[in-house]
Amino acid sequence: MTSNTPEYLKETPSQTAGPYVHIGLAPGAAGFDIYKQELGWDIAGPNAKGERIRVEGVVVDGIGSPIKDVLLEAWQANSEGVYAHPECEGNVEDGFRGWGRVITDFETGEWGFDTVKPGATMGRNGRMMAPHINLWIVARGINIGLNTRIYFEDEVEANAKDPVINLIEWEKRRATLIAKRSERDGQVVYRFDVKIQGEDETVFFDI
Amino acid sequence: MYTPAEFYQRDREWHPPALTPHYKTAVSRSPQYSLISLQNSSSEITGPVFGHNDIDPLDNDLLNNYAKPGENPIGPRLIAHGRVVDENGRGVPNTLVEAWQANAGGRYRHKKDTYLAPIDPNFGGCGRTLTDENGYYFFRTVKPGAYPWRNYVNGWRPAHIHFSIFGTAFAQRLITQCYFEGDPWISRCPIVKTIPDERAVDMLVAKLDENATIPLDTQCYRFDIVLRGRRSTLFENRLEGN
Repeated sequence: MTSNTPEYLKETPSQTAGPYVHIGLAPGAAGFDIYKQELGWDIAGPNAKGERIRVEGVVVDGIGSPIKDVLLEAWQANSEGVYAHPECEGNVEDGFRGWGRVITDFETGEWGFDTVKPGATMGRNGRMMAPHINLWIVARGINIGLNTRIYFEDEVEANAKDPVINLIEWEKRRATLIAKRSERDGQVVYRFDVKIQGEDETVFFDI
Repeated sequence: MYTPAEFYQRDREWHPPALTPHYKTAVSRSPQYSLISLQNSSSEITGPVFGHNDIDPLDNDLLNNYAKPGENPIGPRLIAHGRVVDENGRGVPNTLVEAWQANAGGRYRHKKDTYLAPIDPNFGGCGRTLTDENGYYFFRTVKPGAYPWRNYVNGWRPAHIHFSIFGTAFAQRLITQCYFEGDPWISRCPIVKTIPDERAVDMLVAKLDENATIPLDTQCYRFDIVLRGRRSTLFENRLEGN
């Protein structure tokens, strides 16, 4: 029997990253050195233009406790809104990958990474998206990675027009995606706490 | 006006849900609100690109990448290999695949693992590789052991290797676990059972690959990985919302 309907495969199902995710993705944190270089420590590289920033936070569970074995991956455009990817028009600075991998302090659950503030990027149908960093969160107890976005407090106008923020029907929940800006020892720091569950739960996306 | 070709939407009834009471850690780590569905934009159809400068050729050889010169880890020698393809059946070339696992005794080289089985001085337990032009990858390692965990007092994880795969887009990012056919702990495992459909579980069970087994040397298991597929761009002018 023949059919014109294409046969599709099903996606491999997700499983939790488990408590020992560091062995595979950040072995130095597990307690041993094995690779010439671990990937994801340098997001922007030395030549990236734009404002140097630090992003910090904690991921808390439904009880309000920091999740200390969480791993986050960041994916962002450069300061001109260009992703380091062949399908994105434009160029990025030499050494700019735009991708980072972040783990927490095992004692406190605090995480942080240094990068440059991304520029606005082109969204669907010609609508600009406000500057944002895409975030993917995995941990023991998280069965499939959680996707969210970090937007920036000082981008009031761009955030107000952002097509993704505006998709969120509950305006109160939009605030969970906005990182708070401050300065510390001359360095710009954005605070982005993620609440996995419960009151003020962070908005997660099905991308 | 540029609107990218989207990936097929993820089948959320095929993947495990967030809240899975029998895998207890998930109870306080599962969002209660629904995910907000997004159509793909440039932020989702792009993703990091890796090259051979990022890794060493030996990184996929767990028999040797941490062993002292002339020594090997203890345990059944194993090749885990397969193809990374998308839902259209096309190979995903040049994509980063990372793997990590316990040693043959079921002990992880991790400062938080306190299981009484010993660390193997010649085994690190992690590897990484890039798929070739057809999406093919392989790792050489030892078969990991099952180990107890505290979900229930007498619960054991089936032997497994963790896999992390990138694809070409952030929308394809995936972490999963590979099990081995015939393991009686698979059907008993609360983490495996977070997956609602038996056919989906079967995709995670690597099969003995007798023909690729190296005689008098190394057993081989086949583990193919399917990432999300993507629409063709045939209908670029269609009307769209948003």
